[in-house]
Amino acid sequence: MTFKLTSMAVAAVMTASPVLAELVFPSMSYRTGPYAAGGIPFADGYADYFTLLNARYGGIGGVMTSVPECETAYNTEKGVECYESLKGSGGLVYQPLSTGITYQLIPKTTADDIPMHTMGYGRTSAKNGEVFTHTFNYPANYWDGASGAINYLLAENDGDLSGKKIALVYHNSAYGKEPIRTLTELSAKHGFTFNEMPVDHPGQEQKSQWLQIRRDRPDYVIMYGWGVMNQVAIQEAANIRFPMENFIGVWWSGSENDVLAAGDAADGYKALTFHGVGRDFPIFDDIQTYVVDAGNAAGAGDQIGTVSYNRGMYAAMLAAEAAKTAQEIHGVADITPSQMRDGMAALEITEEKMAALGLPNFGPSFKVSCQNHGGDGMVGMTQWDASTQTWSLISDFSPTDSELINALVAEDSAAYAAENNITPECK
Amino acid sequence: MFYREAGDYSTTYAQDQQTFPIKFDRYRYYVVLFIAIFVVPFVINDYWVNALLLPFLIYAIAALGLNILVGYCGQVSLGTGGFMAVGAYSCYKFMTGVDIWWGGELLFRLPEFNIFFSVIMGGIMTAFVGVLFGLPSLRIKGFYLAVATLAAQFFLVWLFNRVSWFYNYSASGQISAPERDLFGILITGPSVQPWAAYLFCLVFTIISAYIARNLTRGASGRKWMAIRDMDIAAEIIGVNPLRAKLTAFMVSSFFIGISGALFFAVYLGAVEVGEAFGIQKSFLVLFMIIIGGLGSIFGSFAGAAFLVLLPVALKVVGVDWLGWPTDIVAHLQLVIVGALIIVFLIAEPHGINQLWRVAKEKLRLWPFPH
Repeated sequence: MTFKLTSMAVAAVMTASPVLAELVFPSMSYRTGPYAAGGIPFADGYADYFTLLNARYGGIGGVMTSVPECETAYNTEKGVECYESLKGSGGLVYQPLSTGITYQLIPKTTADDIPMHTMGYGRTSAKNGEVFTHTFNYPANYWDGASGAINYLLAENDGDLSGKKIALVYHNSAYGKEPIRTLTELSAKHGFTFNEMPVDHPGQEQKSQWLQIRRDRPDYVIMYGWGVMNQVAIQEAANIRFPMENFIGVWWSGSENDVLAAGDAADGYKALTFHGVGRDFPIFDDIQTYVVDAGNAAGAGDQIGTVSYNRGMYAAMLAAEAAKTAQEIHGVADITPSQMRDGMAALEITEEKMAALGLPNFGPSFKVSCQNHGGDGMVGMTQWDASTQTWSLISDFSPTDSELINALVAEDSAAYAAENNITPECK
Repeated sequence: MFYREAGDYSTTYAQDQQTFPIKFDRYRYYVVLFIAIFVVPFVINDYWVNALLLPFLIYAIAALGLNILVGYCGQVSLGTGGFMAVGAYSCYKFMTGVDIWWGGELLFRLPEFNIFFSVIMGGIMTAFVGVLFGLPSLRIKGFYLAVATLAAQFFLVWLFNRVSWFYNYSASGQISAPERDLFGILITGPSVQPWAAYLFCLVFTIISAYIARNLTRGASGRKWMAIRDMDIAAEIIGVNPLRAKLTAFMVSSFFIGISGALFFAVYLGAVEVGEAFGIQKSFLVLFMIIIGGLGSIFGSFAGAAFLVLLPVALKVVGVDWLGWPTDIVAHLQLVIVGALIIVFLIAEPHGINQLWRVAKEKLRLWPFPH
């Protein structure tokens, strides 16, 4: 049959990919589809940071870096294809930027001995490094986000949330469902009423949820949304005149794309974050000089300094620092994915390190260990100013309810370990 | 020269009625089977299996199933994604042990099924659900039936998202396939050898195609086609529309359920119902059979191959060869696939299968076409 021949011809083409001495940081990006608005700046930031490293410092430890890109369109099947095709390039660490793809890759990367970094997304209990040996989710995870939002509200209400009503508007997927358990526990602990409101993919239709919010009149709304869902939610909130300062998004619901569409009505909207916002960091001068002016900016080059761009750049910075750590541990410049894992497990980000890179106070300082793959879970709060069209940090990176979260992490990871016959140990 | 019938005599009815009556055709079929079973497993790696062969085999089963319903029985269905989800979730429940609860207490728990039987159970459960959603087809036809099956699609996805029993109460609502083996060889989980996953799906594909082929040229297939061509006439000549339509729904859903189970357990390993089995999936499989050819077994394979391989081929050419930006290639992909579908529908409404038939006809006469 003819299709066999075609497939053979296709695959014959694929075997040819160059293997040079370089550090490969594959980028599983999505520049198309309903979530492209968040995917494009992230991918640009990720690529630009490595371009900067190559141009300014000659790579990492003297070895040049390269960032092969593969388009996933936030789709799990394409994600599998991308992972398999990028695996041939010897990628050091995978960052799928999709919770769905993460769930698939957790067992695969572990079997292939390749680390994966799911920064602020993915499976939260991957924080337990004894069970999830190859998955990292520092510096903060979904449950830190939920707890961070509640902590912020506690501080606003003088430490007492009893009798308050808090609603969660979430993307009805693995991603959006993550904080439910934490918020349920927190509601029992602090005595607030907690309501769930799922929004189905892609989230363009939210009339009924916001009608319900108008009827129930919750004091606060927390949102776990992504892509077009965010814009719609903020617009709907504005339509029912929900006070924006009582509306808090997780970090995936807090970029320029999400608030610009609603115009002035979005003024005062808040979002959590685990990294700095804006262009007020010395590194952006370097990016201008070495990347943009040299004509090497990724994509259209118009995203620099946006929230998602900064997040992509931050992810790249953490990956590069982990690679440096790995080089120091193993004493070789051209590290393997397995050595990269050791580097990630020993990663320590300090104020001095960030300042030296031109990113003073850009994120929390934290330390990863073999047991704790999630860092310390410090989150801050940002607020949108519609008149100047900027996000600004309104509360510093502060700790979350680690006692409660660690208990949940231990429980969920133990269930995973039992399901998959994993003996928790530090390798 | 090729496909020559001269000297190819049938002396028994069995010979005359076989699937490939022409000797050359038959040998070609044996060679393809031989290569697929004995050669391909030895030369493939992870990339081949996970990016090309598994999706091709699994979508081929789904296309076979849908083709029975739409192509042979003429009942338009947009519920394929939902039915695949039923297969996937049943397979998951059976492979992890079905737990029955009553009044908040665990009544009993079935033992864990072997992966092979879990997949079969996925098919059987889907067949039940398919019959249930096929009942309206006795009263409504055409577009209206399509809308009724569309309701099935949305209802089933909602159900698997809503009822946490189906995903064993996991926090994220995802189901992930634990490691399971067949005769000591791993079939699911991350450490599966590529050849094992491939052969497992290949066995299901070959058996499905064999059953589908023989059903459709037998009595039940003729009844389906009679219903498709004119249901009143079929009823007058003695075809029971209730039985014919419901068997079509049952057989079709069985195959779709098998493909859903394989899609989840062997291919992806972890799925989320809205993302993996959404309305897009229903359309994708429908496009496969339209492009491949309605009412043909070969068409199901050709359509699946076309829609699985084309995006990958375009990506390889665009990104790896020409070095274009990934987003431009992704957009071009949509444009090219869309354009090809339109071109196909205009130039060859009967799909790839018709092209193949015409080519065979020409080859039969070649080199003396008079």
